Amino acid sequence: MTLDQIAVGQEAKIIKVGGEGELRCRLLDMGLIPKTVVKVQKVAPMGDPIEIHLRGYELTIRREDAGKIEVVT
Amino acid sequence: MRYALVGNQNCGKTTLFNQLTGSNQHVGNFPGVTVDSKIGEIRGEKGDCVVDLPGIYSIRPYTNEELVTRRFILKEHPDGIINIVDATNIERNLYLTLQLLEMHIPMVLALNMMDEVRGNGGTIDIGKMEEELGIPVIAISAAQNEGIEDLIHAIKDVSQRRIYPKVMDFCEKGAVHRCIHAVSHQVEDHAERIGISPRFAATKIVEGDHNIIENLHLSENELDLMEHSIVEMERDSEMDRNAALADMRYTFIERVCGQAVIKCRESREHRRSVRIDSVLTGKYLAIPSFLLIMLLVFWLTFGVIGTFLSDLLSIGIDGLSAVAERALIEYGINPVVKSLVIDGIFTGVGSVLSFLPIIVVLFFFLSILEDSGYMARIAFVMDRPLRKIGLSGKSFVAMLIGFGCSVPAVMATRTLSSERDKKMTIMLIPFISCSAKIPIYALFAAAFFQKYKALVMMGLYVLGILVGILCAVILNKTTFHGKPMPFVMELPNYRFPSAKSVLLLMWDKAKDFVQRAFTVIFIATLLIWFLQSFDSRLNVVTDSGDSLLAMIGKLIAPVFIPLGFGDWRAATALISGFSAKEAVVSTLGVLTGTSMSSLGKTLGEIFTPMAAASYLVFTLLYTPCVAAVATIKREMGSLWKTVGIVCMQCGVAWIAAFVLYNAGKLLL
Repeated sequence: MTLDQIAVGQEAKIIKVGGEGELRCRLLDMGLIPKTVVKVQKVAPMGDPIEIHLRGYELTIRREDAGKIEVVT
Repeated sequence: MRYALVGNQNCGKTTLFNQLTGSNQHVGNFPGVTVDSKIGEIRGEKGDCVVDLPGIYSIRPYTNEELVTRRFILKEHPDGIINIVDATNIERNLYLTLQLLEMHIPMVLALNMMDEVRGNGGTIDIGKMEEELGIPVIAISAAQNEGIEDLIHAIKDVSQRRIYPKVMDFCEKGAVHRCIHAVSHQVEDHAERIGISPRFAATKIVEGDHNIIENLHLSENELDLMEHSIVEMERDSEMDRNAALADMRYTFIERVCGQAVIKCRESREHRRSVRIDSVLTGKYLAIPSFLLIMLLVFWLTFGVIGTFLSDLLSIGIDGLSAVAERALIEYGINPVVKSLVIDGIFTGVGSVLSFLPIIVVLFFFLSILEDSGYMARIAFVMDRPLRKIGLSGKSFVAMLIGFGCSVPAVMATRTLSSERDKKMTIMLIPFISCSAKIPIYALFAAAFFQKYKALVMMGLYVLGILVGILCAVILNKTTFHGKPMPFVMELPNYRFPSAKSVLLLMWDKAKDFVQRAFTVIFIATLLIWFLQSFDSRLNVVTDSGDSLLAMIGKLIAPVFIPLGFGDWRAATALISGFSAKEAVVSTLGVLTGTSMSSLGKTLGEIFTPMAAASYLVFTLLYTPCVAAVATIKREMGSLWKTVGIVCMQCGVAWIAAFVLYNAGKLLL
């Protein structure tokens, strides 16, 4: 399962962060690393990007990129 | 002593900088990049200055902000680092701290927003933090001006006594630990030769940081050896190199925070943000409220305050100019010199200053939107449509400002951290019809398309946007091919902007504009004055049709024959439109020798309705005015690219007008 499939209001635990290059480094730097619990907070009005809550703060990423993050609920 | 102020975005860094320095600050100059970075003397500490480096989350080699920060710390060797950390969001903020510690420079941690943590029932054990991180930790509140004296004292102390961070080893025993230490050992000599810490060099090599690797001048053999250790680590830890290091840092942070931080319950500020966001980024209300806010900003800037200030300013300049004119006439000065002073210098200064109120007022609102946290929400809401043309939501605000005036719009691209996004946004802004073109549209629409006036106006705006989108798509496929910056952005809690920061930013933008644009705009208006006032034998002209400007107009007029308006007066008006778009209308008036009220009728003799439409399209799309060009040059940092943009605009305008005119002729 990937992060973009998680419903709003649901929590999930990260297993693996995919992607490559700058994008991947950004995700890791912002604290999206394996074992981190994230909550999907909201979807932008036009359906993309999404807002997630992790480590006590809010982050926004695109659906496409969220699809590269494997999670379990 | 010179200190670097480093921290994440949205952690109150600018507020702390303003508290440290008061108004003793100026913009620093970093060659090659246009990232703002300020230097200021610390209040009451003669000779001690602090450099406000851009807000970053990690020391990577990707964005301008990161490159500026690392270059400053590694090459300029500051005596100490003040690392400001948002205590309400400590885990992610400490991630940067660990990388700074590895750089092995005397450092102090400023725990900002401690009042907020305490107010919500949380605590942070300062002693424990100091012990774990090996540097002094000072609790402060930049907004309340608390703890600043202690912070100054602490950073002076560690810098003067050269007290280095005591802890640099964040790796638990294991594969990552072995790898970093092995690489660190191998790179030691190289790192010391270029004056950077071996530990920092090692982690950056493991992360595959090409910028650091190049600077270290490692041999093929050494690189192979290091790669070998890294591959071994990847195998043993079952993580790739970047994940392994991120994991190492966050594991350390989680351990420290587990011991030293008692997390507060959900803070008031966060609850408030969620409530505000239920409207501002809500499914149905986000876009209407965004439009409402932008409309309000526009109306206040261009309608109420900006116009009021502009009018006030022009009354002042007119008054001064009248006084000067009278004095010069009484003195009996040569009429050419009088014309130079009144029509050249005063008009020039006036046209530069006429932009100023708009810039100041607009940046007042923009800095409130930015500091409050709303700008990030705009990017969140608007990302989707902009991604289609290869940009991100962050470009949206700058483009929107373009409807008012291209000058502040181009200046607002400063907040875009990707050079590619920034350049592309700058290239698209001139296609967005600015408010100075309205008089031209109004004149022509009234003269030729009385019945469809509103439709023509709307059509021009839409056409500008469409051509802009088309160019974006083409640029995206060609010149700016490559990946746009990843859109991974923090949505900070809403906060009240600090008045001091807002005022300082306004002051900076005004100063910046006057300093940089003044010379260019001034010279250009003088040039136009010269061309208008003299003929080819440098005699003062009595009939404006004999001037050098008209000559040039006649020379280039044939270029516009395929567009339907080969009349030299039309061409001349376009040239003078370069100084300011409003000048197109006044020049047409002067050249046809008609008053404004009957100008519409006279234009009917020069243009057919189809040619008028073609002329409108051309003025919509051709080169931006000289003030905008000067600003573009400043932000692009290259004369040739600026010339390129001007040529591109003119080319696109010509093609669009040509297509419209000929298609219209065929169809009608």
